[in-house]
Amino acid sequence: MNIPVHKYDAVIVGAGGAGLRAAIQLSEAGLKTAVLSKVFPTRSHTVAAQGGVAASLGNSEEDHWHWHMYDTVKGSDWLGDQDAIEFMCRKANEVVVELEHYGMPFDRLDNGKIYQRPFGGHMSNFGERPVRRSCAAADRTGHAMLHAMYQRNVKANTQFFVEWMALDLIRDVDGTVLGVTAMEMETGEIHIFHAKATLFATGGAGRIFHSSTNAFINTGDGLGMAARAGIPLEDMEFWQFHPTGVAGAGVLITEGVRGEGGILRNSSGERFMERYAPNAKDLASRDVVSRAMATEIKEGRGCGPNKDYVLLDITHLEPATIMKRLPGIREIAIQFAGVDPIKTPIPVVPTCHYQMGGIPTNYSGRVVIPQGGDYNVPVMGFYAAGECACASVHGANRLGTNSLLDLLVFGKSSGETMVDDIKAMPASHRELPKDAADLSLARIARLDGQKSGENVHEVRLAMQRTMQGHAGVFRFKNLLAEGVEMISQVEERVKRTEIKDKSQVWNTARTEALELENLIEVAKATMVSANGRTESRGAHVRDDAVDTPEHPDGRNDQEWLKHTLWFRDGNRLDYKPVNMKPLTVETIALKKRAY
Amino acid sequence: MATVKFSIYRYDPDKDDKPYMQDISVELEPIDRKLLDAMVKLKAKDDSLAFRRSCREGVCGSDAMNINGKNGLACLTDMDSLAQPIVLRPLPGLPVVRDLIVDMTQFFKQYHSIKPYLINNDPAPERERLQSPEDREELNGLYECILCACCSTSCPSFWWNPDKFVGPAGLLAAYRFLADTRDQATNERLDNLEDPYRLFRCHSIMNCVDVCPKGLNPTKAIGKIKDMMVRRAV
Repeated sequence: MNIPVHKYDAVIVGAGGAGLRAAIQLSEAGLKTAVLSKVFPTRSHTVAAQGGVAASLGNSEEDHWHWHMYDTVKGSDWLGDQDAIEFMCRKANEVVVELEHYGMPFDRLDNGKIYQRPFGGHMSNFGERPVRRSCAAADRTGHAMLHAMYQRNVKANTQFFVEWMALDLIRDVDGTVLGVTAMEMETGEIHIFHAKATLFATGGAGRIFHSSTNAFINTGDGLGMAARAGIPLEDMEFWQFHPTGVAGAGVLITEGVRGEGGILRNSSGERFMERYAPNAKDLASRDVVSRAMATEIKEGRGCGPNKDYVLLDITHLEPATIMKRLPGIREIAIQFAGVDPIKTPIPVVPTCHYQMGGIPTNYSGRVVIPQGGDYNVPVMGFYAAGECACASVHGANRLGTNSLLDLLVFGKSSGETMVDDIKAMPASHRELPKDAADLSLARIARLDGQKSGENVHEVRLAMQRTMQGHAGVFRFKNLLAEGVEMISQVEERVKRTEIKDKSQVWNTARTEALELENLIEVAKATMVSANGRTESRGAHVRDDAVDTPEHPDGRNDQEWLKHTLWFRDGNRLDYKPVNMKPLTVETIALKKRAY
Repeated sequence: MATVKFSIYRYDPDKDDKPYMQDISVELEPIDRKLLDAMVKLKAKDDSLAFRRSCREGVCGSDAMNINGKNGLACLTDMDSLAQPIVLRPLPGLPVVRDLIVDMTQFFKQYHSIKPYLINNDPAPERERLQSPEDREELNGLYECILCACCSTSCPSFWWNPDKFVGPAGLLAAYRFLADTRDQATNERLDNLEDPYRLFRCHSIMNCVDVCPKGLNPTKAIGKIKDMMVRRAV
């Protein structure tokens, strides 16, 4: 079969925030860059981010990157790498100001500077009291950001391949990455994108869970491709359940609502967060708030006929404030909860939102794997940034507004690294292996030829229900062990999916079947990693790792202060040390986490 | 559980000589509140039904289509607001690729033609450029556009001249930059639109305002661009 080959200096897979930010760097450096995206860039899921992006601009009150760093390390429950966290927090002001220069319509203070609001876990002076650090464009920060970055790419003449789905990573015998295979969705044709540097910016995989704030497109394509190509996935047991998804619908309600004064209440109207986090209250870290809500519901203090949600109350706020700062939330509440939050509190439940783990990288955006005793050996030609990557800045729990910061900082740094690396490479590309497209072609041929197989929709649902039931907000030893077994059964079903649609033109059934093959890798990695980690830390809380004087909140630093690495080959786990050494400041020492 | 009837425009160039309307029904639960929920159920039944979708909360702009004769987003359309059979067609005026998926090339070409990016040639300051809250407020109702194309594909002027008339979405974006105090390309932007077609094919029939799922008002923005042109001329 004759596969068309496109040669580029750089290929970026994904046109959300991280991909677009990296593309700006590469295009403005004059390198020949292709950006592949399953959807038109402004439809990427960054568009749905609401509350803001963290930067210690100090526009409303004193702030410092070092305080931000402290909050991020503490938020991560000390699992974040302190070099990467220092790097991100120090770079925050620079990347946010650049975004403003690109035209991003931030809200403004009276003095004309960028408006900042409080957010969960963001504190001044090393954890003292909430600080206004989240830079916001109303409650549409992600939308404003994604459009501003797409617009900057239009100016920089970036070349987009819109509605192309990357299928597999291409590596040669040395393991060097040489690009990807991809399918043009309109024609069903498979092409090769041959590159000196390949960046994955494919976002998250929240669709492994049944109840998720994530878009349909968040299917972990980069993680699936990386896993199939022998790259391990890091810390996949850590999934953030956002406290406030609309009950039933899953649609996100930003933490910015609580930043503007919103309060969580149980069935008796009590502001229950006062009991769980006396200092930060409703603005404690997300894992803490989600667990508190789940506990309230579990203990019978939930609201509604089935007592299965709590209420997010902003009825005490001025309607003008809601209209000005939270207009999108009001729309969402009316559309998806059927209530006008000016008059009626919004029913909310913890909902799967963000993947803290991902493809292991360092803070320069290089993908790193263990090799001969060194845990962080770069894979030549391969980079990752944004939610699909694990730098690791979020550790066991991400702070709100650090996701948009992550994609800006590491989108930029990976772009810069790629520019430097490409300039240092020989002018000609390394030779493509003869079998570069074989895996992808075999996957497509299997689907085309599958007879009496299983329905994609049903198998996906089985996976999502298993994940929801066995790896949710609270985790149980026996359910995890059972979950590992159940997910491998689902995997067998994924291998036999059948699609009725055999058209070459815009075959969305085929796309969904291919996406499911990526999702299942993420699901396996999650379940196996969660089963392996027998402590409680951040978003991963187990019934058999409880609060003791020796292990506060079940966290066991003696044995578990380490990153998980999951390998697809053999479904096996390995571990690597957490980098506790920042770049310039002193280590933020281990401490019990309280808000 | 209730049965809901649909009549859906189908066309797969791989096997169909011409488009046809398919009658199909689906069983829905009370939780399937939005049209997109129903369509996902339909697709589980017939996986060949092709449509775009992503965020399912009205912010990505993927699932625009013609619903009972009016353009809108499937994810923001309440099932109980729709008379049956629910008639779904692709957005009018753009070439159909397959089923409910249209070729949006011309739509984005027009968006790109207005230079949809901030132009400011001063050296970038170390910190943010300042903008008063009042000046920032001028961008409200403009920057929120999700490029779903509901507006442009409901506009007869865009149907007749999609290659020459920028259309409501592109013009809304043009005014978003004209209205931004940080942008310095006002004259260049107005020159770019001073043409019998690009701007002046808008006859203010306001179909765009009627269908915008984000409640934006392109006609008003177009009026403001026309005002700026007049003011510039005198």
